Amino acid sequence: MPHDIPYIAAIMEAISLEMARDESVLYYGQDVAPSDDHDLVKAFGRDRIRVSPISETAEIGMAVGAALAGMRPVVELLMAEFMLVAMNQVVNEAPRFRYMSGGRVKVPVVFKAGYGFTAGWSGQHTGSIYGMFTGVPGLKVVVPSTAADAKGLMTTAIRDDNPVCYFHHYLLTLIPGEVPDGDYAVPFGQAAIRREGGDVTIVAIGYMVNKALEAAEALASEGIQAEVIDPRTLVPFDLDTILASVEKTGRLVIVDQATRHGSASSRIAADVAEHGFSSLKAPIKQVTALDATIPYSEPMEAFLLPNEAKIADAVHQVLGGAPVAA
Amino acid sequence: MTELDNDRLIWIYTQMLRIREFEERVKRTFEDHPGVIRGHTHLADGAEASIVGSLATLEPGDQLFATYRCHGYPIALGTPTTAIMAEIYGRRDGLCGGYGGSMHLVDPERGFLGSSGIVGQSIPHATGAAYAAQIRKQGQVVLSFFGDGASKQGAFAESLNLASLWNLPVVYIMENNNYNVATRSEQEDANAAHGEPLATKAKAYSMPGVTIDGGDPLVVYETVKQAVDRARAGDGPTLVESKVYRLSAHGNLIAPPGVPLHYEEHEAITVFGNRDEYEAALRGDPIPRFRAKLVEDGVLDAQAAQRIAQAARDEMQEAVDFGLNSPLPEPERALDFVYA
Repeated sequence: MPHDIPYIAAIMEAISLEMARDESVLYYGQDVAPSDDHDLVKAFGRDRIRVSPISETAEIGMAVGAALAGMRPVVELLMAEFMLVAMNQVVNEAPRFRYMSGGRVKVPVVFKAGYGFTAGWSGQHTGSIYGMFTGVPGLKVVVPSTAADAKGLMTTAIRDDNPVCYFHHYLLTLIPGEVPDGDYAVPFGQAAIRREGGDVTIVAIGYMVNKALEAAEALASEGIQAEVIDPRTLVPFDLDTILASVEKTGRLVIVDQATRHGSASSRIAADVAEHGFSSLKAPIKQVTALDATIPYSEPMEAFLLPNEAKIADAVHQVLGGAPVAA
Repeated sequence: MTELDNDRLIWIYTQMLRIREFEERVKRTFEDHPGVIRGHTHLADGAEASIVGSLATLEPGDQLFATYRCHGYPIALGTPTTAIMAEIYGRRDGLCGGYGGSMHLVDPERGFLGSSGIVGQSIPHATGAAYAAQIRKQGQVVLSFFGDGASKQGAFAESLNLASLWNLPVVYIMENNNYNVATRSEQEDANAAHGEPLATKAKAYSMPGVTIDGGDPLVVYETVKQAVDRARAGDGPTLVESKVYRLSAHGNLIAPPGVPLHYEEHEAITVFGNRDEYEAALRGDPIPRFRAKLVEDGVLDAQAAQRIAQAARDEMQEAVDFGLNSPLPEPERALDFVYA
């Protein structure tokens, strides 16, 4: 029987199930289970569940070393920005070893990182910084938007033999959703069509999937049927599902909470422009955060970010735009 | 007192000589076969006693991580020198298929799990492997090799704190050659500037720290053995500062394509004009020093020494020939191994 649990509980369910299934799975990080009464400690013991000092380079670097030595560590990074403290380990160690060794070693490790905490956390804890990791060959990048995917993608991340950056959105933390019981894995590289429609394709990432669905409902009342696609993983990326949808609708809006030029959106736009240009009846429209640091004060924060109205506006623009190709 | 028998002593001497001969041939390749070696290579000549004395303590299942100055470890571990040389030459039959080159040798089957090209960054890798060893409870120990410069990296501080905190079975071996490329330790290290050994840093992490003559393989062996035994017994990490003198420059000349690459003289001479320091180091060369001791102790005679030297020369000639004759990789193989 599927059960309704919050997004964050779904992530932890996957970690717990994988730890039970595979003794090589470890979970540690700052403030992870400091008390011995924690359920994970009781279930798996102090060898495999540890609280670490505030030492990101060591936490991530040790995960790389433990993975090279046969373990499957999940590192709790709390905030995605904490990876920046140890950027060399994330982008220039973990994803390099398999390649530089000519395939002789592998680095199965998961960096679990919360992002996008746009609820007054100001400039240093609110970034949607996955874009910078999608440009690193050897890293996989995951952005679940539902509780079920949060579980299924964490399962797949732990079982994957590569370093995986697992980005979970802070504003989804307590959002409940139906989650399948027991062993549940969602394959990487398969986008989900969250809503079908023939007039316009909206590709939305992470938390923006909900915003896009809300915008799509409002547009439906005007008679506009939007197809909403959730890529679920940015690396590997399911471009085919998007191209097929754009072939049907001829119009594409991309919604991404990241700043425009560090976003996944700009890459998706480039890929569709290159590979799906003949399907497009209007220029691609991107709805992203504006290129600024997230401000503390609420009206300024809201001004920078994508929302339902901006998405609907973009849809109106691509529908009203002149055809660009026969 | 050493517990090493004569065979083991000769093994140590042989490995030291093999490393030296290998590095000499790498260096000579720049003159004999210009263009064959690309990028940057870092030689271990001068550090042979420290490398071999350390590795002589290991048992099957033990592991190590190193830096971009990484040719010596796999040679002593028994990785075929043909494969190592072919890797440095960027060839298909190289240890890593030409994907890594001189700075990124690994041989997981022999316990050599990785070497990072970024200063200090393999220290947490070794620490993580020690965490894995602690969980596995099979008595494995991990050696972490790095240079004196790395001890100013956050990765060093964070790793030693964690290893001591978690009582991990790791031995940190700092090969202190007193130079960060061309900067002398007392110019960049607070302990050195205040006349204290760099092993003083161990105190901050509540672990033993010792400073030794890394030019004497038996001193290295005995010190590292004690640290390895301690780690294996579950008593935690040790920092060993092994003082060595690198007999070559930091690396070959850094130059854009078109400029022939080669090794200039040591920075003591080229930067500081201190030929006396370098010549004193040559007089203290660990290899003739150890040979003299073995001869004096009756472990080695001139004939045996000659035989070992000739075998090393033959082996490294074969490594060079093998490397030169190995084909370059197929270009499209560059897309292999991006993901597992």
